[in-house]
Amino acid sequence: MRDRQEQDAIKQEQFAFAGTGEVYSFTTVQEHPADFAEQAPYRLALIKLDEGVMVTAQLTDFDREDPIQIGDRVEMVTRKLMTEGPQGVIVYGYKFRKILAQS
Amino acid sequence: MRDVAIIAIGQTPVNEHWESSLRMLAADAIHAALNEVQRKQVDALYVGNAYGSTFSSQSQLGTLVADYAGLTGIEAYTIEAGDASGGAALRTGYLAVASGAVETALVVGVEKSTDTVGSHRVQARNISLDADYEAIHGATLPALAALLMRRYMHENNLDLSAFEGFSINAHANGKRNANAMFRNTLRQGTFLKAPMVADPVSLFDSAPDGDGAAAVILTSAERAADLVPQPVRITGSAVATDTLTLHDREDPLYLNAVNLSTQKAMLQAGISIKDIDLFELHDAFTILTTLILEAAGFAERGEGWRFAQESTIGLNGSLPISTFGGLKSRGNPAGATGVYQAVEACLQLRNQAGENQVPDAQTALIQNLGGLGSTVVTHVLQI
Repeated sequence: MRDRQEQDAIKQEQFAFAGTGEVYSFTTVQEHPADFAEQAPYRLALIKLDEGVMVTAQLTDFDREDPIQIGDRVEMVTRKLMTEGPQGVIVYGYKFRKILAQS
Repeated sequence: MRDVAIIAIGQTPVNEHWESSLRMLAADAIHAALNEVQRKQVDALYVGNAYGSTFSSQSQLGTLVADYAGLTGIEAYTIEAGDASGGAALRTGYLAVASGAVETALVVGVEKSTDTVGSHRVQARNISLDADYEAIHGATLPALAALLMRRYMHENNLDLSAFEGFSINAHANGKRNANAMFRNTLRQGTFLKAPMVADPVSLFDSAPDGDGAAAVILTSAERAADLVPQPVRITGSAVATDTLTLHDREDPLYLNAVNLSTQKAMLQAGISIKDIDLFELHDAFTILTTLILEAAGFAERGEGWRFAQESTIGLNGSLPISTFGGLKSRGNPAGATGVYQAVEACLQLRNQAGENQVPDAQTALIQNLGGLGSTVVTHVLQI
């Protein structure tokens, strides 16, 4: 989300997404930044939201062997993104998980 | 605006230069260029550098480098545009001389990557991504390239072997370049077995980070003709931008800034695609080579991968690329890359490329990218 000042500057308004979409593309990050050592390897994806725009985010809540495919339906969840600096401040944000088929 | 020409070039090998610091590498390339034309003085210095602040904890490189190279007093500062910093510094030098404000400009690209290793280097490089919307999620440049590559493979029904020829060609050319970082031959099939950086981008798909510096000296084309026997004219110079992130692009598989920047540079030079004898492109990943060939207008959409064969992109092919090994084999010295491309194109146009010579090279296109086509700097060089 852009902050209020930035919105005013470019005359945008706040818009709430439903938080659902599909996987446009994905990868498993092996060579990771130092801040992400405890999570690696992790899955990163481009998610095309149902409203039409795209976001970059991690995929979460899966077992390592779980298959993932382009086109899989996903939903947004709030998760820990990383731990910042020596003080260990936790940064939360959005990730996406597969929507399981209704049984 | 005056016409501008390159009158001298210099470069260090791209490698792990543990014995040399950032300033020493820059000074080596600068002195090589100054010695070529027996000069001791220039009027301005533009330093292309991307990661000095994170790799080397050093900013204000203009002054640092000018002083160490014995040029204290001249106008000097850094040009930063991510991995397109070198190309952007060349553009700045071009504008300064073309405007008439500067008589002789020295452009040096320099990067000292390898003092930072492993995940700390990945982290340091990540300052060129969107901090709030990409890096915070653990994205890296190779991972973002992987997202493009997997989607491209999906849409065009391709497997990894479609891209192998780009890396094989880069290494075949880099093998003959004494300044290249990895001079090994890449045998058919090796590419497919390489360890993954971020699948499907592997170690043999992505360009290695290296330390290095390259320099060019620019002056007006009119003066250049009196100073050197083979001035290389800069007949086209253009920069274009796209969104910083992939996810904000309407069609991530079309590199719009590559198209804009290439068209602008060619229009200024008054040339078309068929006039280009060689193309030093930004082959940091094979998918980038593929998408550049498409957006620049050499290949149709979805067909860029078909160029990945020697008969097309080899030194005697219809469009030689990465003629000294490109980023893949010569190495990727980040903010210096764009100036290496200029130096290599000059060697081709002056007919001084030795075993790497493209026959009868008259017109070269060079193109340097920041991010995955977020900043695109294109120059047309002609003899």
